[in-house]
Amino acid sequence: MLPLISHWLTQLVISSSLLLIIAFALLKINRYLRQQLTAQKSLVNRINRALPQTQCGQCGHPGCLPYARSISLGEACNKCPPGGIETILELAELLNEPVRELDPAHGQFRDFCVAVIREDECIGCTKCIQACPVDAILGGPKFMHTVIETECTGCDLCVEPCPVDCIDMINQLTPSLSHTASLYFDKHSSSGVNS
Amino acid sequence: MSTLKQLAVRFFNSDPIFARRTVGGIQPHPFKERSLRSRIMSTPIPQQLTIPIGAEGSGEITLLVDIGDQVRKYQKLAVLNMSVEGCSDVPVHAPTSGVITSIENLIVADHSEQQQLCISLAADGHDEALQLEPHTNYSQLSSADIVSLIRDAGVIGMGGAGFPTADKLSIYGESAIEFLIINAAECEPYITADESLLRERADRVVLGAEILKQASAARRCIIAIEDTKLDAIAALKQALQNEMSLDQTCELVLIPSKYPAGSERQLIQCVTGSEIATGQHPTDNGIVMHNVGTAYAAYEAVVEGKPCISRFTTLCGQALKTPKNFEVLIGTATGFLFELCGIEASLEQRIIVGGSLMGSQLGSDKAAICKTTNCLIAASAIEFPTPEAEQACIRCGFCADACPSNLLPQQLFAFSKTLDTTQLLEHGLLDCIECGACDYVCPSHIPLVSIYKESKKLIETRSQSLERSDYWQQRFQFRQYRVKKEKDQALSRKPDASLKPKLAAEQAVKTPKDEQGFISKEQASRDIAAAVARVKARRNEKNK
Repeated sequence: MLPLISHWLTQLVISSSLLLIIAFALLKINRYLRQQLTAQKSLVNRINRALPQTQCGQCGHPGCLPYARSISLGEACNKCPPGGIETILELAELLNEPVRELDPAHGQFRDFCVAVIREDECIGCTKCIQACPVDAILGGPKFMHTVIETECTGCDLCVEPCPVDCIDMINQLTPSLSHTASLYFDKHSSSGVNS
Repeated sequence: MSTLKQLAVRFFNSDPIFARRTVGGIQPHPFKERSLRSRIMSTPIPQQLTIPIGAEGSGEITLLVDIGDQVRKYQKLAVLNMSVEGCSDVPVHAPTSGVITSIENLIVADHSEQQQLCISLAADGHDEALQLEPHTNYSQLSSADIVSLIRDAGVIGMGGAGFPTADKLSIYGESAIEFLIINAAECEPYITADESLLRERADRVVLGAEILKQASAARRCIIAIEDTKLDAIAALKQALQNEMSLDQTCELVLIPSKYPAGSERQLIQCVTGSEIATGQHPTDNGIVMHNVGTAYAAYEAVVEGKPCISRFTTLCGQALKTPKNFEVLIGTATGFLFELCGIEASLEQRIIVGGSLMGSQLGSDKAAICKTTNCLIAASAIEFPTPEAEQACIRCGFCADACPSNLLPQQLFAFSKTLDTTQLLEHGLLDCIECGACDYVCPSHIPLVSIYKESKKLIETRSQSLERSDYWQQRFQFRQYRVKKEKDQALSRKPDASLKPKLAAEQAVKTPKDEQGFISKEQASRDIAAAVARVKARRNEKNK
């Protein structure tokens, strides 16, 4: 009788410990997956923060957040012309990648511009209003439209749909681009600190 | 040092007050003797004056005169409303009578190296003045009256920052001010404007300090001066003894002579012992500081009723034959002053505005003196040689010893090179007062301050662009939300989906129900039969 009981007991112990191990492993796996997910999320957030949020779609994605998701999954980070060299530098540092030049297929660097509607030519078709990603254009059907200068991201998306071509992109000079570029070249030309 | 203290003790009958020492700082050669040899000289009226109003981005400018207008001395020419928080209007007055010839953007003798809108005035030499309103009994004026008198006189901080004095006084009118500190610590080499002013007109400076004390309702008024300026200390002591009868006494505090003792935060720490936290103003700690020149201007504004049309400026440098201090009209061209001193063209190399450590080079000798120009140096090549080539940082740590703000300049330099803004902020770059002490001691001749200035600019542009992109993101998300909401609403507005349940509900109300709320079979068949009968009856009626 005794050996039988001990046999049962050993079986019980083994099976319960197995169960415990499996439960523990499951917990670990769950935790690992969650960590991966949050890391991915925080990486996407950090990439998204580095992007200029002009929502221009020049990278081929409908907005900055989708592009950030795509970068976190391995897409190249040199497809954002409005961000300037600053964005490329920041992203390269964030992703621990070598700095690459801007992909010319997605446009050229340029100074920050805002859209300005030539108001006497506007026919009030509302097409630009629908194209604007940040609701920066005011106006109603068959009434003159105007761009709120402080809200405009300079994304160019309203220029294309305008049937009478009455939208101009006007240069708003910002020194940041040239300034940062010069600092960048300083950084790479001189050795800096001996450490 | 001990001999100096003994000397200072001789000047005092009672125990002199010595301030505590502060961290860091350097002791460069002062180069002050030459310009202190002569007395303050009032300049003759130049033929042409170029009166600076303000830079284009600095605020809203309202011009009160036009080209061709005849103006009189002390007449208001323009009003500048600075776009800095807490600033109100600062008027600019005509230094002499004459005709306005042009209004254009020109370079002025200023640290900012920016063009300012200037009114050019061709003096007619008559110096016809408007009637002034003196207020000799200033002690009977209320604090608000004094502030408005100072505001109308267009007095701004004469130390260099140029913040409107009236605003500095009125912001603090409400909170309790413990200390009013009059800053007479002119610590930068070459500059002697404040020292010579104290030497010759200490009584009026003390009166000005009393006026500022009354206006800011401060409990104590302290005049802080470096312990090496013996003539000025003696004059101040004399003036203070004369003032004793008025029962409103200022105190004199001697501070150790080193650079940058006259910087606002360092001087406050030296005199009161309290350190101003990052991002706070001295007033948050109940302290307000004014320059000696500002105190003098406040005296003129209140007691004499005279607007701020002149200031004290040091002219010095090896290239000048007789360096001296001038009481110079605002808008005088720098070249005019150099000619008054006599210039040795063979020696002249460059003109520097401000002292030798914080000053900046001036391109043209036609630049006008503005209200903040405290010193002009016509430097020879020996005095200011071209800076030697920059070498690599050897981590000697001299800069960390010299820094008066307790920062680590070499770390800041390394982070500036790698554009690491987070680390720069963590290491307190924004607490850097750009005094140039680290530049002075650096054996590798690294232009640290200019690198920090660049880094500060970078941090500012980065934070601005981040702020902007956050806002855009918010707008984009709101638009997506709005578009989705409109789409959903359009879907639910389809007629079939919304009308059907409504009809059923109406019928349910009309038809009688049994106890459980269901319509029984018999009831339904009876209803149908009744409906059919009603239709038949209607048809019959129609057929008839």
